[in-house]
Amino acid sequence: MPESECVQCPRESPERETLQGSLGQLPPSIQPFPADWPLLRFLISLYRAPAYHLILEGILILWIIRLLFSKTYKLQERSDLTAKEKEELIEEWQPEPLVPPVSKDHPALNYNIVSGPPGHRIVVNGKECVNFASFNFLGLLDNARIKEAALASLRKYGVGTCGPRGFYGTFDVHLELEERLAKFMKTEEAIIYSYGFATMASAIPAYSKRGDIVFNPRKARVTRRFIVVEGLYMNTGSVCPLPELVKLKYKYKARIFLEESLSFGVLGEHGRGVTEHFGINIDDIDLISANMENSLASIGGFCCGRTFVIDHQRLSGQGYCFSASLPPLLAAAAIEALNIMEENPDIFQVLKMKCRQIHKALQGTQGLRVVGEAFSPAFHLQLEESSGSREKDIQLLQRIVDQCMNRNIALTQARYLEREEKSLPPPSIRIVVTVEQTDEELAQAASTIKEAAQAVLH
Amino acid sequence: QQNGKPYFYKKPFVESFEETPMYVAIFTYLSYGIGTLFGYLRDFLRNHGIEKCHMAQERKEQRDFVPLYQDFENFFTRNLYMRIRDNWNQPICSVPGPTFDVMERVSDDYNWTFRFTGKIISDVINMGSYNYLGFAEKSHESLITIRNVIKKYGVGICSSRQEMGNVDKHEELEGLVAQFLGVEAAMVFGMGFATNSMNIPALVGKGCLILSDELNHTSIVLGARLSRATIWTFKHNNMQSLEKLLREAVIYGQPRSRRAWKKILILVEGIYSMEGSIVRLPEIIALKKKYKAYLYVDEAHSIGSVGPRGRGVMDYFGLDPCDVDVLMGTFAKSFGAAGGYIAGKKDLVDYLRVHSHSAVYATSMSPPIAEQVIRSMKTIMGLDGTTNGTQRIQQLAQNTRYFRKKLNQMGFIIYGNEESPVVPLLLYMPSKVAAFARKLLKRKIGTVVVGFPATPLIEARARFCMSSSHTQEMLDRVLKEIDELGDILSLKYSRHKKSAHPELHRETSFELED
Repeated sequence: MPESECVQCPRESPERETLQGSLGQLPPSIQPFPADWPLLRFLISLYRAPAYHLILEGILILWIIRLLFSKTYKLQERSDLTAKEKEELIEEWQPEPLVPPVSKDHPALNYNIVSGPPGHRIVVNGKECVNFASFNFLGLLDNARIKEAALASLRKYGVGTCGPRGFYGTFDVHLELEERLAKFMKTEEAIIYSYGFATMASAIPAYSKRGDIVFNPRKARVTRRFIVVEGLYMNTGSVCPLPELVKLKYKYKARIFLEESLSFGVLGEHGRGVTEHFGINIDDIDLISANMENSLASIGGFCCGRTFVIDHQRLSGQGYCFSASLPPLLAAAAIEALNIMEENPDIFQVLKMKCRQIHKALQGTQGLRVVGEAFSPAFHLQLEESSGSREKDIQLLQRIVDQCMNRNIALTQARYLEREEKSLPPPSIRIVVTVEQTDEELAQAASTIKEAAQAVLH
Repeated sequence: QQNGKPYFYKKPFVESFEETPMYVAIFTYLSYGIGTLFGYLRDFLRNHGIEKCHMAQERKEQRDFVPLYQDFENFFTRNLYMRIRDNWNQPICSVPGPTFDVMERVSDDYNWTFRFTGKIISDVINMGSYNYLGFAEKSHESLITIRNVIKKYGVGICSSRQEMGNVDKHEELEGLVAQFLGVEAAMVFGMGFATNSMNIPALVGKGCLILSDELNHTSIVLGARLSRATIWTFKHNNMQSLEKLLREAVIYGQPRSRRAWKKILILVEGIYSMEGSIVRLPEIIALKKKYKAYLYVDEAHSIGSVGPRGRGVMDYFGLDPCDVDVLMGTFAKSFGAAGGYIAGKKDLVDYLRVHSHSAVYATSMSPPIAEQVIRSMKTIMGLDGTTNGTQRIQQLAQNTRYFRKKLNQMGFIIYGNEESPVVPLLLYMPSKVAAFARKLLKRKIGTVVVGFPATPLIEARARFCMSSSHTQEMLDRVLKEIDELGDILSLKYSRHKKSAHPELHRETSFELED
C-alpha cells in the first residue's frame, strides 16, 4: 500500500533521517532507547501501522468528536412540533381571568363606613351607635393621655421610620417599648413587629422547618414538636386549658407557643394574660405572642419569652428583618397604654364584671345561642338551628345586625375566609365588651338584640 | 453598556454591573475561609469550656428536649456576623431626615452585648434611610393635618376592614391612590410586607404558574410560596430567559400532566434595592401581551422616586398604567409613612376586598398614618397648590445623577441604572465592609452596609439611598469622605478608565497664564 511504502521512504529532515536510519537497523518490535521517549515510540508505531488501521482510527476519532459536539435531544422535541405549530399553540391558549368576578351584593364587599373615631360612640354609615364590635377592651382608643403621647412623639420623630430595624430604623422608643413589655410580662426579652398579623406569621417559621410539627415516632430524635394555642380563642370565645397543656409539654417534650391577642390586657389580675389567670410560671411557656391592636389600642405586635428563644427572631423573623419598623408615634401610644394598664389594675375586674353581666342577660335569647366563656370579652351568638345553607344563615344574621344598627347598637358578624379555614366556624354575631360601656348600655344592647332576634327569626 | 432596543425605550437605558476582578474574588474567599477556620477554633474552645460562652442557653428543665437550634445553622451568625454586628441595628433618636442623631453604643465584650454611653452623635448625614422625597420631617406646618387627625381619631382601630375598621380616611386614601396612579381603584393595607405575602396567595393558587425574578424581595417570595403555585425563576432582568420560560409554559403546559396552566403571573419589582437596577418594563409588557400572562409589579422603591411626575416606573417609561394588571407599592419609603397598596382594575380590587387575608383578619391602617400618605401624595401631585412636589422630584433626580457620576469618576464599582436613587457600592471583603461603615460613622456619615445572606457571598456592598433633602454641600462632603476612604481601604476596583478630572477636557486654551 502506498502509505506503508511511504513509511520506508527517506525523510527530508536530518533528525528524522538519523532516526529512520537508526530505526532501520532495529528489529520491528519497539526497543527502548537509552532515554525513554514514549511519544517517539508512538509516532514510530503510527508510521509503521497499516493504512486501513489508520483510516479506521481516523474515522472513529471524527465520529467521537461529532457525538461530543452534537446537540442533545430533549424528550419534548421528539414530539415534532414545528415552529408554526408552536406559534399556533401560543395564539390559541387562553388563560383564566386574573380574578373571578365578584357579585355586587356580596355580603363582604360593601364595608361599613365609620366617620370619625372608631371609639365607644361610633358613627357607622351616618348613624351614631354604641360600639359593640371593635376590640377596644380597655377603652383606650379615645384616651386623651395616649393622644398626647402620640402628639409628643410626632413632634420629635415625624411619622414614618423610613427603614427596617437593621438599617437605622431602630428608634429609642422601640427599645423602650420592648423593655417595658418584657418587664410587664415578667420575661427576659420582647421583640416588636410593625403589624399584628405578621407577628405570629413570622415567629413560627423562624423556628420550624418542614417536618417539625409532624409527629413522627421514627424521626422523634430530630423532630422538634410545637404546641400552638391561643389564650382566648377568637372564633369561639373559649379559653385554652393551659395547666393540662403544660403537663403534656413535659410529658412529650414539646414546646408551647401561646398566642394571646385577646387575652393580653384582659385575663389575669394585672392583665398579664392567661398565664396569670391560671397562675402558671411564665418560663414554662416558650413563646408568648400578642398583638397590640386590641387592649393596647395601638398597631403592631410583640413576642416575649426567654432571650434564648426571642433573640433568634432578630435575624430570622421575616416580618422583623425585611419590613419597615413600627412608626414611633404608635410605639409611644403603646407605652402610654402600658402605663395606664399598670396604674389602674382594677379595670380588669370591671371588665370581667361587665362580661358576666351581658353574658347572663343574653342567655335565653330566642333562636340564638351564646358561645364563649362568661369572662371572655369577645363572644359569639350563633343560630340555634341552622337553616341548612351557610349563605342563608349569614343573611339572617345580617338582618339582625342591621336592625340593631338601626336602633343604635353597632354589631358585626364574625368574618372568615371561607376557603382558607380548616374547620370553618358556623356564622355568628360577635359581641365585644369594653370597660367604657355603662350598665344601661349593656342592658339596652341585650334587650335590643333579643327583640331583633325575635323579629327576624320568627 | 447601552442595551435597550431603540423602539422599546424612548430614552437611553444605561445599566452597568461590572464584573468582580479575579484577585478580589480570591482574596474575599480567602478571608471567609480564614474566618471560618477561626470560627471552628473558637467553637471548639467554647464547647470545651476554655472560652466563656456568651450565648443564651436553654433552660435546665428543658435540656432533654430536642434542641431548638442546630449548631451549624448559627455558625455564620456566631462566628462571622457577631464580629461586625455593631454596624447594624443602631438606634437613633431623631427624625430620620437628611441628618439624624445616632445614640452612641459601645461593647465591652466584642459585640456580644452593647451598652449605651448616653452620648448622642448628632447631625450625622443620613445616607441609609429610605427617605427619597424627604417627607420624613417634623416641621410644624407640614404636620398640622396629622395633628388634627390624631386629636380627632386617635391612633388605633381595633378592628379589621370587613368588620368595623373601615374609616372614612381609608376611603379617601384609596381614591387618592387610584387618582395618583391613573387606575380605576386601589386598596390599602397596614403593612407593605404583608401586602405581598397576603395578596399573592389570593390571586394565584394550585395549577397556576409564577415566573419570578431571581432577585425578588423576601415578601414576594413568601407570598409566592404560600400560594402553592408552581414557581419558576428567570435570570435577573433578563428578557431572553423570561421569554424562554414563557414559551415553554404556554406550549408544553404543566410538566407531567401536560394540562394547560390556569394562569401565568410574572412577578417583578420596579427598582431592585440591592442592585439598583430598574426593571425592563416595556419589554416585559410586550412579552406579557404576546403570551397572555399577567404582570405584578412591586413598586416599593420606585413609586415617588422615579419618573418625571413621580408616579413610578410606569411614568419613567411613559407607559399606560392599564397595561400592568397589578400595581403594588409601599408607603414607607417615598411617602414617609407605613403600609402598602394594590391598585388596578375595579374587578381586581373588589375581589381583594372580599378575599384578601388582610381585609378579614388584620387590623386596618392607623388614621394618622393614612393622613401622612394623603398629605405627601397631595404634595407630589401638586394638589396643595404649590410646586413643592415637583421641586422634590427634580431635586432627587439631580442628586442621583450627580452622586452616581462622581462615584463612577472616582473609580468605584457601582451597580445599577444611572437614574436609580439606590446606589450600591461594592466592597466585597467582610473586613472592608466593617471598616467602611465604622470609619464613615466616625466621620459623621451614616451608611448601610449589606453582606451575605442578603447579597451573594462575595458581593458585599454599601448601599446609599439618595434623598431630595440632601443639599449639595452634604453630598460633596460625603463624596469627599468616600474618596478618602476609597484610597485608604483601596476600594477603587473599577477597571474602566475614567478621567478623574473631566473638567480639563473642556479646557480649550493651553497657554500658560502669566
